[in-house]
Amino acid sequence: MTTVTNGVNVQALLEARDALKEAPEAAQFTWRASAKWNSGVHSTIKVQSFFGLGQEQSHKEESVFDADHPEVFAAEDSGITPIEYLIVGLASCLTAGVASVAENRGIQLHSVEATVEGQHDIRGILGADSDVRNGYNDIKVTFTIDADASRQEIEALVAQSQKRSAVFDALTNPTNVTVEVA
Amino acid sequence: MERASAVVVGAGHAGLAASHFLSQRSIDHVVLERGEVANSWRRERWDSLRLITPNWQSRLPRQRYEGQDPDGYMTAGEVAEFIERFAKLSNSPVRTGEDVTSVRRTDDGYHVTASHCEISCRSVVIASGACNQPAVPQFSHAVPASVGQLTAFDYREPGSLPDGGVLVVGASATGVQLAAELQRSGRPVTLSVGEHVRLPRSYRGRDVLWWMDASGVWDQRYDEIEDVARARRLPSPQLVGTAERATLDLNVLTGMGVELVGRFAAVRDGHALFSGGLRNALSLADLKMGRLLDTFDEWAATSGRGAGVDAAERYPPTRLPQSARLQLDLRSGEIRTIVWATGFVPVYSWLQVPVVDQKGRLLHDGGTVASPGLYALGLPVLRRRKSTFICGIEDDAGAVIGHLAGYLAGQSPSPAGLPATAGHDRPPELAR
Repeated sequence: MTTVTNGVNVQALLEARDALKEAPEAAQFTWRASAKWNSGVHSTIKVQSFFGLGQEQSHKEESVFDADHPEVFAAEDSGITPIEYLIVGLASCLTAGVASVAENRGIQLHSVEATVEGQHDIRGILGADSDVRNGYNDIKVTFTIDADASRQEIEALVAQSQKRSAVFDALTNPTNVTVEVA
Repeated sequence: MERASAVVVGAGHAGLAASHFLSQRSIDHVVLERGEVANSWRRERWDSLRLITPNWQSRLPRQRYEGQDPDGYMTAGEVAEFIERFAKLSNSPVRTGEDVTSVRRTDDGYHVTASHCEISCRSVVIASGACNQPAVPQFSHAVPASVGQLTAFDYREPGSLPDGGVLVVGASATGVQLAAELQRSGRPVTLSVGEHVRLPRSYRGRDVLWWMDASGVWDQRYDEIEDVARARRLPSPQLVGTAERATLDLNVLTGMGVELVGRFAAVRDGHALFSGGLRNALSLADLKMGRLLDTFDEWAATSGRGAGVDAAERYPPTRLPQSARLQLDLRSGEIRTIVWATGFVPVYSWLQVPVVDQKGRLLHDGGTVASPGLYALGLPVLRRRKSTFICGIEDDAGAVIGHLAGYLAGQSPSPAGLPATAGHDRPPELAR
């Protein structure tokens, strides 16, 4: 068990879990992103600061993302579409979960690949059919995992990763969203 | 002021088992019971309820099932009689109609106040049960008034519900049993499924709880379990006690016409919103059942006990509905009643000793509560996986009262130093 090296510091995570049980207020995080409109449907989003463990925090560097629509939407395609950012988040969250759970269970990973497909009927956002929702109708994630484990153990890794995934929860359960004008 | 060495709160099977061991050690004590002996079995169960453990497993100290149907399952009334007989045979000093309203610490023990008495004692055993109150989510307040709501405590039989659709929330033993009964009554049932424990009623020709018992899984100690907090939160298994020994998993319910939806997450604008994570909830339960059956098979092969049982078998995965609904309009009239089968919580409002955490759970180590002379019995995985089952109380009560006796005698061994009392070898690690 101790020879497994997936590169996840599980010990630190377990210690944090114990510490935060006693101090739930320190567990309250705020994640932030700010978008600035360029032109058309192209905007630039910057992410750097966040709040957690009772104080302001910062990523080592600012990350900059461009969001736009593809040319088939009659746009410039200066970046991926906003709804693609959602599946970027889902794929990365579940993959991180697989690595963490594997580390905790003493399973050596050799490779992990996730492909995500989100089914989206764009008649919703175009207002072409009021019965069609705006967002995804269905999302499918397919993992290909090479690890020193049985198929059953790998399926359990993937299941546990979903059980503890922030983005999986955010996509599968309702969340209150407030949008206002400053 | 009346004095006693020990006061036991509650005369269910746990409190009476404590009383049995106290008497055996000649420790003077009183058992205070808010209602009658086995009160919750008489007043807080629905009509058709039967134990999920087979009769032969109903064991209490010096009392075994002696009826004609060892493989059957007791009704709530039969459980009450079984416990009542135990109270009589062990001459337990029970005072009924004594609702304990406060227990507080004094210089040399505790001061217990009940309906008609006040007792000063050196030790208290909390055996008031794990299921004092149904746990219902906050958002139940947002359910439109046109939809009736009840809990497993209010529910008696299908006829007391209006005709029309029923949303049963929760798929543990209670939820699946009520869903089946309501669907059979002609009321279309939608079942909201979160995390659950799937089990076949019988495995390789034996009751699945025979396997839990014989293989030693049930004897696994709380201090051997990797994540005991999680083990203590585990929902009750999807089992029902019937003459046919029928399995009652989600595939059976789907076959009966019950519609499955994900965990009930919120009410928004009169709509019930369900989680889109149903597929994973089903996978987790299927995988967990598979690992448990693997454990049984390994035990059967290595212990040599596999000789008398049928060949190993595996069950088809839980069928996911074509497209599980994510929302349901509660104002449409489709659902007339919501039955909350979302679990129960103990109530410790009477306990004026700071031993309850922020979530209302008693802080204890194998039944030794974090206040000298205070003990608990009858909680999930208190000392072993079988702790809340009737057959689990003998080992737990013996060990906890042993500790209590040591405390009264002036020794206080550490909880972890308690000797194991069961005869089984260390059980195989229950797979995650």
